[in-house]
This record gives sequence, structure tokens and C-alpha cells, in this order.
Amino acid sequence: MTTLTAGALLPVKVRARRPVPVMVAGGFLALVVVAAVFAPLLAPYAPDAVDLSASLAGTSPEHLLGTDASGQDLLSRVLYGARSSLLAPLALLALAALLGITMGTVAAWYGGWVDTLLSRVTDVMYAFPGLLFVVLVIAVFGDGLTTSVVAMGLAYAPTIARYTRSLALSERSKPYIDAYRVQGMGGARICVRHLVPNLSGALVGYLVVLFGEGLMSLATLSYLGFGAGSPSIDWGLMVQEGQDAVVQGALLPALVPGTAIAAVVVAFNIVGVWVSDRLGQGR
Amino acid sequence: MLRGLPRRIAGLLATLLAASFVIFSAVYAAPGDPAVLLSGSRQELTPEKLAAVRAEYHLDEPLVVQYGRWLWESAQGDLGRSFQYRDQVADLIGARLPTTLELVAYATVFFVVLGVGSGVLAALRRGWADSAVVGGTTLAASIPSFVAAIALVSLFGVQLGWFPVTGQGEGFTGRLHHLTLPAFALALGALAVISRVTRQAMAEAYASDHVEAARAAGLTEREIVVRHVLRNALGPIVTMCGLVMAGMLAGTVVVETAFGLSGVGSLLVSAITTHDFPVTQAVLLLMVIGYVVVTTLVDLVHPLIDPRVSLAGRAA
Amino acid sequence: MLLDIENLTLRLPSGAAARPLLAEVSLTVGRGEVVGLVGESGSGKSTTARAVLGMLPEGASVSGAVRVDGEDVLAMEPGRLRAHRSRTVSMVFQDPRSAMNPVRRIGDFLTEPLVRVRGLPKRAAAAKAVELLAAVGLPDPERRMRQRPHELSGGMLQRVVIAAALATDPGLLLADEATSALDATTQAEVLALLRGIQEERRQAGSGLGTLFITHDLPLAAAYCDRVYVMYAGRVVEHQPARGLFADPRHPYTRGLLDCSPALGDERELRPIPGRPPSLSDTFTGCPFAPRCPRAEAECESWTPVTVPFGGDSGSADGGSAACRRLELVARSSS
Repeated sequence: MTTLTAGALLPVKVRARRPVPVMVAGGFLALVVVAAVFAPLLAPYAPDAVDLSASLAGTSPEHLLGTDASGQDLLSRVLYGARSSLLAPLALLALAALLGITMGTVAAWYGGWVDTLLSRVTDVMYAFPGLLFVVLVIAVFGDGLTTSVVAMGLAYAPTIARYTRSLALSERSKPYIDAYRVQGMGGARICVRHLVPNLSGALVGYLVVLFGEGLMSLATLSYLGFGAGSPSIDWGLMVQEGQDAVVQGALLPALVPGTAIAAVVVAFNIVGVWVSDRLGQGR
Repeated sequence: MLRGLPRRIAGLLATLLAASFVIFSAVYAAPGDPAVLLSGSRQELTPEKLAAVRAEYHLDEPLVVQYGRWLWESAQGDLGRSFQYRDQVADLIGARLPTTLELVAYATVFFVVLGVGSGVLAALRRGWADSAVVGGTTLAASIPSFVAAIALVSLFGVQLGWFPVTGQGEGFTGRLHHLTLPAFALALGALAVISRVTRQAMAEAYASDHVEAARAAGLTEREIVVRHVLRNALGPIVTMCGLVMAGMLAGTVVVETAFGLSGVGSLLVSAITTHDFPVTQAVLLLMVIGYVVVTTLVDLVHPLIDPRVSLAGRAA
Repeated sequence: MLLDIENLTLRLPSGAAARPLLAEVSLTVGRGEVVGLVGESGSGKSTTARAVLGMLPEGASVSGAVRVDGEDVLAMEPGRLRAHRSRTVSMVFQDPRSAMNPVRRIGDFLTEPLVRVRGLPKRAAAAKAVELLAAVGLPDPERRMRQRPHELSGGMLQRVVIAAALATDPGLLLADEATSALDATTQAEVLALLRGIQEERRQAGSGLGTLFITHDLPLAAAYCDRVYVMYAGRVVEHQPARGLFADPRHPYTRGLLDCSPALGDERELRPIPGRPPSLSDTFTGCPFAPRCPRAEAECESWTPVTVPFGGDSGSADGGSAACRRLELVARSSS
């Protein structure tokens, strides 16, 4: 069954983009990482410093991006928020990649019941549109960032496994793999030493695009109140906390973190497409 | 042509059974006593209350029997009783379903018209129009719908005052007016996907030999585009539109919450927040059924649009 | 003259190709004539056929003239060009399966030109289409009308394509490798069909000219009245078909004949050494010189000129070839 899932936004035809947008996107991402790492040095205020006298202030020299309802400095909060907003998708991808690549390789190499199991699990998983599988896990295990990350990791694993399986199947039929077999090398050793490393280019490109999607999904969960909860600082959560002020005419508390999410995801998509283009074809 | 039909329907039922079993048995995956989870509030649990829950859910029976009973009752429209609202779950959903369906329908109009339109434009007018559409869709695909929702409310609701930011609206035009911003927020990501698929399918159809042959036969560019390019690209476009529309059921969860609409999606969020497990199960089941049925229908319709795709071939 | 191509030279912008796609191509097709155009892939034969339809590669610069019924195709404006493509000239492509829109019915493929070009009402067009399908020897034409391309075999599809090509009563038929993708027996059937149509039209008094493009020199020599041989965008030899077998003048033509086996032929097969030139190869002199068994050092710097031979120049028996050592080649072969 054809289904829309993680990775569906990978363009159908991989266009070679001109490096300029890629450079800009890459540079921006580097800046975001620097901002996340050095947030304590860069932030003008403590992210949780409440100043009720400066509630919902607009942009000013004191507060470059304004303040939220409790008078907390938005610039400082966005800088600190970059930490969980970047680390959480990283953790989710690490989990999903570990599970997915293992499952996909085993399914492609040994076939049999592992392969059948993988396709059954994927079929059931794909019956849940969007984030609904994750929502089910959260409904059962309770909300929180850790649950969200683990649930998303489980949800992404079959997608990665399916992709790995298709790559591994075509790689497996190449003569060099046969050559190792003829030399008497074991299947596990061939997979770990030769097969998977040769797929890594395509997989990394895929994972970079998934990173943007993962960030978007985790932010959505935080926004819905299922992910990172108060008092932690997370972009999705900041949007939720800031949205009441929108009706009062104070747009910055919701728009500043919202723009941060959109900008980082755009950058990841641009870089991801370029990386999968380069690494995917370079094999 | 309908050779593969029984097989597809069997596949559909198998998927639905598996998914519904996952939804039902999720209770047992949770640590601790399922009765605690099913009773809703985690405080004020008296032994009597737990016993009542156990009796209502027949928790003492084997899992498969419970599942069968739940499925049978669900099929008859008895989705249980909400702890939060003290109401039949079926009634709760029934009251909120129209809003959600209206929202999805409205968003579908948006993404089909704008997505296909921009994709066709990009394919026909290479150059700046193409770059603008590709750039625009990259952006649209990267904005989470809740961020789009807030940006739309900020600009068109608060700053310009063109659209209302609260309420449901009276009468057809009133509802349309109220649902415009939510529908657009919901359609944005879909629009990007459809635009890209359209552009790609058109480009592929353009490159095929029969277009060259049609040109050699003296057809006008307009005739070539309508009869040969658009007609041939229709298969992937319609399929993708159907799949994306089905996926929107899940998107309503976010958009309804962001706009404060009382639909099925926002019901799911509040059910999870208040640990109202029967409602959570019912809404998830409904959305999964809707999604799987629509995607199967799309697969069944595809060979009718594109005779190259045979039903039997796709069933394999 | 029905088709008269004169000194057609076609260049791609520098960077896309190092040599001209076509260099000073001249050829003619008269009414009622079947003219062969032979060459390896990349020799420019399909490009020539496309130029007759006014379909030039993007960004190409062109000189010379392509006249059909005395009117220069290259100077036509878009509206006139479409009328030219739909009425005067029809093209039959190599692979009927890719030349037909897979999602449309066979019937649409035939009725479309009838309605559009000849202005027939839908019902009359459908009746005429059935007639055309029967005329090209397709069994059960009524049922075929409702079928789609993937339900028919390649040979049947090529008959459909030919029927559609003839639907508008064109004066000139361009057959671009029209039989190359077919099985040998089907190929013979389609050739017989084309010949039959040719004969019919000749008797009806509206002679159909055919430009028969193929890579198969013996086939062209057997099937056509006259044959042009192309190499690297140039016409290297032109002769009446019967002369070509007996007395090929250009070393390339000889090479082509030497490497095609014939029944009962004890000759040794001799492949032409080297490979056909690509668009990135440039030549200072004769393009065939690097592969030519008779080439001399001077050939490398000799710009090919077409030299007439045999009969009176321009007569039916005469031919022409673009070889510096023409006299020598002619003498050694006789």
C-alpha cells in the first residue's frame, strides 16, 4: 500500500540544487548549533528570569525579540530552546536508525520470518496516519519528552527499515558481496563490515531529511502538550505558551519560536536533499 | 479489471483487524493495572470503582474475548461511555464529526486547486515561475501546521481582521468564513506535496515519446498539454490527492487544537489530557478506519484512471 | 519536387556538441517515390526527418532550406507549421508502444486527426477509423477501437500508427526506423503493407512520397528506389538502390555492405574498425578517414565535397559520393 509517512517529503526527483541555498542553509544550521551550545554565553538574560513589569514587551534594545506574558526574554528562551529542540530529534533518530537499520539489513539478508515480520509491522504502523501511533503510545504511557522521543523512534524505525531493506537488497546482489561469501566470510560479518558501510551514504542523506521531519513532529507534540512540559524550554512548547497573547495583539511570543522551528526545518530539508543527492549518487 | 478486488478487501480487513487490536490491547502494554488506566482519573481510586471498571470492561476474561466483544460492540455503534463527559462516546463523536469533515473537505479544495495549479504552472512555465513554486513548496512543507495556524491568525485574524479568530460561525457562509484559516493551515503541507507530485508527473509525461509524436502530428501545445500531458499525469496526481486527504484526518488533531475548533481531532487531545481512554480508543479507531478505507479506495480507483496499472498487479 | 532539402546545416550551441549535427545535407523525395536514408545511430538521419517537420533541437542554429511542395518549412510560422505537420507530412516512429499515449484508446488515436484536420463529425470519423484499421490489415477493427495500446502486439500497434499517419491523406510519409523494432516476419508484413499503400496511391494519382529511414542498408537497398547514406551528419553517398548493391562508391557504404551477411554469400564478414563518431568528436577533414581502409594522410584535411558520378549528372542512373579517392574506389570495385 502506498502511504504517506515520514520521508514522503523527499522530493520525487532529486534535483541538483545550486550550492548557494545549500551554503546559506548549512551556515544557518551551524549558527543554530553554536547558539545551542553557547546559549549561556550568548543569552542576555536567564531564560526563566520573570519580569512581570516587562510583560509582552515588543522589540527594544533591552529585549531584542521582545518578551512573553511573564516578561521572560524571548531571545534568551529561543537560544536555550534550541538545545532540547535539536537534541530530542537527534536522540529519536539515533534510536530509530539503530532499530531500523538493524531490522532492514537482517530482513534483506536473511529474508524469511524476519522479512515477513517487518512487512507486517510496517503495514500496521502505516495504518496510523501522521502522528497517531505516537499519540496512542503517549495515551498509554503518559506524556513527556522521553515518551515522545521513544514513541517517535519506534514510529520511524519501520520506515528506515524499509528503506534500508531496499538499499541492502540491491547491494546484496552486487558481485563483491558474492566474492566475500566465496571466501567463506560469515553473513553477519559481511553485513556489519561491508554491506552497511556501503549503504551509509544514502542512509545519512535520508536521515538528514528525517531530522527535519522529526524536529517538526516533536515540536508539534510539545505544542499539543504531549512532549516537553513546563518548566522546560522547548520551541513547540513556547508557541503553545505564547499563543494566548496573539489574540491580545502580542505576536512575538508565538511567532519567534514558530519562525525558529520553520527556519531550522527548511534548512534541514535543503541540506538533506543536497546530501542525499550527493551521497546517494556517489555510491 | 476487478480481479484483485476480493484480495484487496481481505487485505483491508486484515490491516484494520491488526490496527484495531493494537489500539485495543495498548491498555495492557501500560505498566500496572489496566483498570487504573481505564478508570480515567489516577486519583481517588476506590476498590469499588476499580471493581466497577473491571466489570464494565470484562477485564477478567481472556484478552481475545475482550477484544472480540469490544470489536462487536464498536461495529454496532456502541463505543462505550466517556468518563470525562459522562456521555456515550458515539454521541460525542457524532456531534463533533461534522466540523472535522467540513474542515477536511474545505482543506481538500484548497490543496487540490492550489497544489495542482501551482504544479502545472511550474511544469509549463520553466524559469522563474518554476523556481518560485519549488522554493514556495520547500517552505510550505517545512512549516508545521500549528506554526502556520498561529502565523495566519496573527496576520489575517489579528492584524488585518479579515477572518474571525474564535467561534464556529452561523450558516454556510459564516462557517466557511470561520473555517478558512484552519482549512488553509491544514492544507499547507499537503499543498506542497501535491504541487511537487504534479510538477514531477507533468515533467515525466512531457518527456515521453508520444508527446513528441503528438507534436509531430501537428497538435497545438494546448491540446498536447490537456490530452497527453495532464491526462497522463492524472494517475499519480489523483492518487496522491487521495492519500494526502486521508492523512489529513490526523492533521485535524493539531489544527483544531490551534484554532479552538471543537471537532474530533481536538476531542482526541482533550481525551488524552484527561486520561479518557474509551474516547481515545474510539477516536483513534475511527481515524484509522477512515484513513485505511480511503487509501484502499484510492488504490482501487487508480487503475480506472491509468489503464497501465492493473489491479491484480498492484495487489501483489 | 515533393521534398527538397538543400544544404541543411544544423549546429548546436558550442558546448553541447563539437561538430554540426547536420552538415550540408541535400536530398530530394519525389511524388510516388520511396527514398531510403541509411546510417548508424547518431549519423543525423532522425534529425533530418525531424527537420522536415520543423522540429529542431532546442537552441540549434540552422542554415539551408527544407522545402515541401516548394514551401520552406524552416520559415513557417507556428500556425502554418502545425497545419503542415497535421496535413502534409506524417511520421511513423520506431517504437509504436512509446509513440502512442498509453492511457488513450486506439480509436481516439485515429479519430482525433480525422476530426481535427479533416473536420469529420465524430460518428463519421469513427466509421472512417474502422475502415482505416481494416485497410492496414488489422483483424476485428471495431473491437480494436476500444482497446488500449498495451493490449495490442507491437506489429499491430505499428499498423495502427500507419493507419493514423495515413488518416489525413499526407503527401509525404516519414518512416523513422518504422520496422526496426519488429520481429522479422512482422517487419516483412509491415513493409508489404507500406508498399501496397504506395502502389494504391500511385494508381489513385496522388503519389505518396516516402522517406524511409533505417540503419539497415541491405533492407533500404532492397525496398527503396533511391538511397542516401549518411555518416557523421553528412550525406556520403547517394545512388539508385540497384546501383548501391552492385557498385557502392563510398568506402563507408562498402564497409556497411561488407559487414552485413547475406544468404548464400561466401564472403567473409568484415566489420568496420573503430566506432561511429559521437557529437563530441571533431574532424579536420573527412569524418570517415580514421576508420577508412583507403584513407591517406591528405584525407585528414580534405573537406568533403559531393562528387557526381555515372550517367549524366542528375539523371536517374547517376549518383554522387563525398570521397576524395572516389575514382580509385570506383576503379578497384569494378
